[in-house]
Amino acid sequence: MRKKHDWLRETYQKSLEKMPERPIAHRTLSDIAPEPLYTPEDIGVLDPEYEEKRGYPGEYPYTRGVYGSMYRSKLWTMRMFAGFGTAEQTNERFKKLLKAGQTGLSVAFDLPTLMGYDSDHPLSKGEVGKCGVAVSSLADMEVLFEGINLEEVTTSMTINSPANAIWAMYLAVAKKKGYDWKKLGGTIQNDILKEFIAQKEFIFPPEPSVKLVIDTFEWGPKNVPKWNFISVSGYHIREAGSTAVQELAWTLADGFEYVEAALKRGLDIDEFAPRISFFFDVHNDFFEEIAKFRAARRIWAKEMRHRYGAKNPQSWMLRTHAQTAGVSLTAQQPLNNIARVAIQALAAVLGGTNSLHTDAYDEALALPTEESATIALRTQQIIAYESGVTHTIDPLAGSYYVEWLTDEMERQAMAIIEEIRRMGGVVRAIEEGYFLRELAEASYRYQQEVERKERIIVGVNAFTDEIPLKVPIQLVDPEVERVQAERLARVRRERDPKRVEEALAGLRRAAVEGQNTMPHFVECALAYCTLGEMMDVLREVYGTYQEPAYV
Amino acid sequence: MDRRIRVLIAKPGLDGHDRGAKVVARALRDAGMEVIYTGLRQTPEMIVSAAIQEDVDAIGLSILSGAHMHYFREVKRLLEEQGASDILLFGGGIIPDEDVPKLKELGVAAVFGPGTSTQEIVDFLRRAVPERWQAQGLA
Repeated sequence: MRKKHDWLRETYQKSLEKMPERPIAHRTLSDIAPEPLYTPEDIGVLDPEYEEKRGYPGEYPYTRGVYGSMYRSKLWTMRMFAGFGTAEQTNERFKKLLKAGQTGLSVAFDLPTLMGYDSDHPLSKGEVGKCGVAVSSLADMEVLFEGINLEEVTTSMTINSPANAIWAMYLAVAKKKGYDWKKLGGTIQNDILKEFIAQKEFIFPPEPSVKLVIDTFEWGPKNVPKWNFISVSGYHIREAGSTAVQELAWTLADGFEYVEAALKRGLDIDEFAPRISFFFDVHNDFFEEIAKFRAARRIWAKEMRHRYGAKNPQSWMLRTHAQTAGVSLTAQQPLNNIARVAIQALAAVLGGTNSLHTDAYDEALALPTEESATIALRTQQIIAYESGVTHTIDPLAGSYYVEWLTDEMERQAMAIIEEIRRMGGVVRAIEEGYFLRELAEASYRYQQEVERKERIIVGVNAFTDEIPLKVPIQLVDPEVERVQAERLARVRRERDPKRVEEALAGLRRAAVEGQNTMPHFVECALAYCTLGEMMDVLREVYGTYQEPAYV
Repeated sequence: MDRRIRVLIAKPGLDGHDRGAKVVARALRDAGMEVIYTGLRQTPEMIVSAAIQEDVDAIGLSILSGAHMHYFREVKRLLEEQGASDILLFGGGIIPDEDVPKLKELGVAAVFGPGTSTQEIVDFLRRAVPERWQAQGLA
């Protein structure tokens, strides 16, 4: 077995050269100084499977973390999902969160934006600015990032079907402000497969949708090399009612499907794979969640290396964002959610996440208030700075239970991944209704268990209160629709109609001829084409998707 | 009771979060009711027209996007316009307590928030629907 001493001298040192240890006391409260890592050597046991299954942090198979020194050097990115109302209101919330010590931005868009409709489209009525910010053109995007240095802050954007268009608008803001695309960091979610499986914000049928995603795989690394052009997301799968094992399996299966589609286009795996990122949910079952992160990294590393033949270690590393489970929050006794979120966030950190959003306690009631969002951020800061769990890397490794559960989740997830492969892949499984059936089963089973009180939820089916506790909630100003409609009218009036027409024609041509659409999306954004206009062009070319109504 | 309760479960608007709607639909079916699920992204017009065509006793709307006031108001208005205001309207999702009295005033019979047991919804329909039948002289 490779000696810990060698790892410390090689991987750990190399990691510190890039990123030194944080200048804080890596010591317990009684002044014991833990080493960066513990292995079977430290307690004198023999673990013949150590290298194959666990290995060292920053080394294949990355079970113990993707970076050599993990949180000893750099904490996870604290990235709170935010967005409501107009671009002005969300810009103000962003600035407050940055001032409160958040380290990355994360944009929540409203439903019309997610579905590719302008704020003044008839189907947008009643939804504008409700569960996220409304962005219909570059003009909105400019306001959204007003006064924020895009080279200093990394931005994540939760956008899927219209991801190419929204990313193009962000890049257009950067270009107009003179920022260097080579220095921009961030993520677009851009995971359309999970939309068909769970979240349901699709526009086009699966095949052209995946084509648009692969356009970003091809265009991204050459033009915006530090950007993660996809965040393969289990979060929504879990929120739609899957189990943790299903979330793990389906997310990785989605990831492999994109890899295969990109390979089919002739792209070089080691060029695109390093920019694939992931996103997982963290629910209440503490150890299961920790094991899920460890198993995810191991499966991805093994498959990317051995099945897909990636040679660059960066292609083997599963980097992930995590979010505490919105679905676990209760509207009853809402303050209890602060405790739930703390437990879930701790699991994400012990699981080795690279970025984290913590939910606010009032999210089963409405969008977070400024105060509840701040408490959620403070929860991460307490874990990061007070709990001491960052002193040593992957502190639960070697726990009989955690290692057994990691293996077991890997085994069960691989069985599901193989089943999907036998069905002909994720797109085929979507077409056959496999995911809808499985999700309906899993969520109904869980609900039955709760109703039979086989699973206890504090404040809901046990320990309930007679008098409900009231907490203040965030209300969205109904004026948003008017403000948005006015800005859109101004944009349409003031832009150069010829440039708009040419840009949209270019996009249409690229879609019809099967060329890469990204350069055309950028030109459309710069010409102030609206989101609805861009998506309408593609709706005409690709058609729209209607899901079968299955219960 | 010979007559089976017929319920339309609908997801209005752009939101795709349908776990709750589907769990409720399935529980009502398991309780012996006839359930029609509309699928996603229904306009109020589509919902009301399906309800009339299917001759349902009740419509349940599931809304998490914050657009509940708009959709309940529209569905209620269309039901009245089409002479179908005897169809019981109820719903659930993420709906702030403050809005519940406003919805009741519109004529929404019940609003079920997160954490409601499906049994509660079953009990509600078993109570409220036969009352309506009686009022209409159908039972």
